[in-house]
Amino acid sequence: MASVAQTLGTGTAGTIQNDESIVVRFAGDSGDGMQLTGGQFTLSSALAGNDFATFPDFPAEIRAPQGTTFGVSAFQINFGSGAIDTPGDAPDVLVAMNPAALKTNVGNLKPGGLIIADEGEFGARNLAKAGYEVNPLEDGSLAKWQLVKFNISQLTLEAVKPFGLGNKEALRCKNMWTLGLALWMFDRDRQPLIDWLNGKFKKNQVLADANIAALNAGHAYGETIEIGGQVKRHHVNPASVAPGLYRTITGAEAVAFGLVAGAQLASMPMFFGGYPITPASSILHYLSNLKEYGITTFQAEDEIAAIASAIGASYAGQLGVTSSSGPGIALKGEAIGLAIMTELPLVIVNSQRGGPSTGLPTKTEQSDLYQAVYGRNGDAPLPVIAARSPSDAFDCAIEAVRIAVQYMTPVMLLTDGYIGNAAEPWAVPDMSTYKPFPVKFLDEVPEAGFKPYSRDAKLARPWVKPGTPGLIHRIGGIEKQVDTGHLDYSPANHQAMTDIRKAKVDGIAHGVPEQDVTLGAAGGKLAVVGWGSTYGAIHQAVSRARAKGLDVSQIHVRHIWPLPTNLGELLKSYDKVIVPEMNTGQFKTVLRDQYLIDAKPVNKVSGQPFTIAELEAAIEEALA
Amino acid sequence: MNDMTPVKTSPKDWETDQEVRWCPGCGDYAILKAVQRTMPELGVKPENTVFVSGIGCSSRFPYYMETYGFHTIHGRACAVATGVKLANPELDVWIITGDGDALSIGGNHTMHLLRRNLNCQILLFNNEIYGLTKGQYSPTSREGTKTPSTPFGSVDRPATPCAFALGSGARFLARAIDTHKNLPNVLKAAHAHQGAAFVEIFQNCIVYNADVFADFTDKANAAPNQLWLEDGKPVLFDGGNKGIALDRDKLQLKVVEVVDGDWQAAGVIVHDVTNRSVAHMLIELRLQDGFPVALGVIFDDPRPTFDSAVIAQNVAVSKGKTPDLQGLLAKGQTWTVEKENTVFG
Ligand code: SF4
Repeated sequence: MASVAQTLGTGTAGTIQNDESIVVRFAGDSGDGMQLTGGQFTLSSALAGNDFATFPDFPAEIRAPQGTTFGVSAFQINFGSGAIDTPGDAPDVLVAMNPAALKTNVGNLKPGGLIIADEGEFGARNLAKAGYEVNPLEDGSLAKWQLVKFNISQLTLEAVKPFGLGNKEALRCKNMWTLGLALWMFDRDRQPLIDWLNGKFKKNQVLADANIAALNAGHAYGETIEIGGQVKRHHVNPASVAPGLYRTITGAEAVAFGLVAGAQLASMPMFFGGYPITPASSILHYLSNLKEYGITTFQAEDEIAAIASAIGASYAGQLGVTSSSGPGIALKGEAIGLAIMTELPLVIVNSQRGGPSTGLPTKTEQSDLYQAVYGRNGDAPLPVIAARSPSDAFDCAIEAVRIAVQYMTPVMLLTDGYIGNAAEPWAVPDMSTYKPFPVKFLDEVPEAGFKPYSRDAKLARPWVKPGTPGLIHRIGGIEKQVDTGHLDYSPANHQAMTDIRKAKVDGIAHGVPEQDVTLGAAGGKLAVVGWGSTYGAIHQAVSRARAKGLDVSQIHVRHIWPLPTNLGELLKSYDKVIVPEMNTGQFKTVLRDQYLIDAKPVNKVSGQPFTIAELEAAIEEALA
Repeated sequence: MNDMTPVKTSPKDWETDQEVRWCPGCGDYAILKAVQRTMPELGVKPENTVFVSGIGCSSRFPYYMETYGFHTIHGRACAVATGVKLANPELDVWIITGDGDALSIGGNHTMHLLRRNLNCQILLFNNEIYGLTKGQYSPTSREGTKTPSTPFGSVDRPATPCAFALGSGARFLARAIDTHKNLPNVLKAAHAHQGAAFVEIFQNCIVYNADVFADFTDKANAAPNQLWLEDGKPVLFDGGNKGIALDRDKLQLKVVEVVDGDWQAAGVIVHDVTNRSVAHMLIELRLQDGFPVALGVIFDDPRPTFDSAVIAQNVAVSKGKTPDLQGLLAKGQTWTVEKENTVFG
């Protein structure tokens, strides 16, 4: 069977090729609207019933100089009729809106893949900005791919001419023209997009009409080039998914919704203290719009104030939540220790990005695991949960809230830039199937008398709201006496309190599910152990390796700290363990430390997610 | 407070059973007593009162008050208190901090709390030194202060807490002295103010910076060097023999002699707590320039508070909206799969 890439450009006119899955990458200048194009194409894929995964890949600069390679913004989508776990290793189709977009993205295009280039943007200036001496569309350097070029800019200008827009505004419709062509190529209905444009430009019908005209023109152009047989149409059948209501969701939305759901299940108002940071700010944005859910959002003066105010809110009887990315989490470190010491519930979300220091603000990485598990002064145990995908982030956020309020502890929820921005289809959950865990404040003096640091079966101390008569007490970051909570520096007491804090967090492992084998058998030659956003790539790689008859299983860990009680035994039932991570081997070190097993690292720190092929190679190497 | 009926308490009701651990003779003792004496007069309930502190000698204060208390981390009391107050605006929040805590490590939070105008009282114990860490100079130490970290004398210029507060947008400024009988009156005025009430208390650190304020706090120096302000009253000191007038040519304050009590003839100004321009000038008066130290309520001109604005907006934008999580999750770009593979947009 010819690969998708091979058939893309060479079809016969009038036929539509059926494919299982296709990877398309839209790349252009930051100002070209590629994220919007990708987002709308994603919706169209959803409505066509495909499963999909997306990967928005944008520059750190807000408005990088036009035409430069560092100003390129890209959006990749993998859609298919089977289960799709990753945005795809390499695109079958690359839409390049200018030379810089071509230059930075063509290297990854599958051999035989299709390039659609806007040749109107390949003038001398743009070529120079991208560092091309000769026009790559003319010099044969793209020979190993199928190249289709036309002047999208010019065609767009012509299409929107009747609407009398200025040149700049008219050119802004380029992305809709391109989207129209893509809709034609992949046999998609235009109507939902037309509805969406009418809604988006409600207040400016001319703009709506111009964009719709561009969309239609792109679509019509497809019909024309089809006549020339340059580009072939493709159809991807709907994926077989369980009946129900679906929506697209990004990790940032899922975290926000999960926090709202968690607060509701806990019967608690939520206080969210945040400070703007890429890629975590969107959680603050989402929650700021949901005040009717009993949510107070507070944009603090800095990261420290963001967490300190959340701690203050938890102390006063709300669910305190804060979120950030690595550099901000570093600033919050001392305050996390305060929440551990005062034993107050708190959820801390870390949307990880490339580090250290400012690092790669818009790129993804998993390199804050040490920071989450170990990164504080003193013996400061902190439960850590990692979400594996955008939709999983919803359940993880609920779980973080549950642990925080039931164990009176701060909890760290790890996501990353990839999960935060990527979209996937999500079967909207039925909230009535979630078990509530309402918080019970202590509101009267217990029979045995009130002790602020007395313990329940989970070793959690009582949560008392200031304002409650009879339960006046003081807390703080200084070591406190077992039970009474009075200041106490004595050696035996510090030993006892350190032991209790550790035992409490260790005990959480008894309240979470045992580790399952995500794919494959318990025991065997090789376990691929992952955590966080590498889930999809590992899943595909393991499933392909198993299809080839290799004895390999996937184990994907949600509870990073404390680890599930059976994980050690489970890992010891395999001859070999490899741990793919987007860092230099952090979880691998934790596993080695906890279980004295010879876990081997598979690392990638390029700011890009693993490809399936990379992991397949790692599996084959481990089994060789 | 919801329930405005004054509650009857005695100073004893505000004392804890905890052993007070300040150095003997520390000014903090006098402040603690003054606060415990003042609380009954405010008619508030101990359980509705929260003392939040940072780190430093002064920040041990909450342990000695029979109220809810939170001894937080260095510099962050204002930030924690903001969360407390926003989560439950019914609570009466007092922040206890020091010159290092509020103006050095926590300067950012102090500035923003004042700018936002959180409804609370901030008591800044200014002893011009780091006591708890054994005597390093602080952001309010005068130039030339010799300490273990500045053995040859400090070379940086000190901050003026009230100037910092006013510049940050504070709507209430007052000054008091740890052992002075007027402290409770200042505390009462601070409590009565709706919004962030900033009170600088000159506090004697007997161990590391003894008598640094003696030039104006000693009995012998009090009359000529203490300028106690009262709203609507002429700005007089030294037993009424001197007053503060406006030098209209230089647009600054000057000291004038008052003969036979005729302050009007001497051009003495009348204190108006809502006059921000004069407040600026009053807090900058310095002993070394021949002025007395301005004390009491310097500025008091309330504005809407941050917490009330946050709550008001929460209520306003929630109006008519029923929280419906299930509906929220199902919003946006949705589609229904009826049977397998049949999609409805
Ligand atoms: S070091 Fe100074 S400020 Fe601290 S308790 Fe002793 S006397 Fe008071």
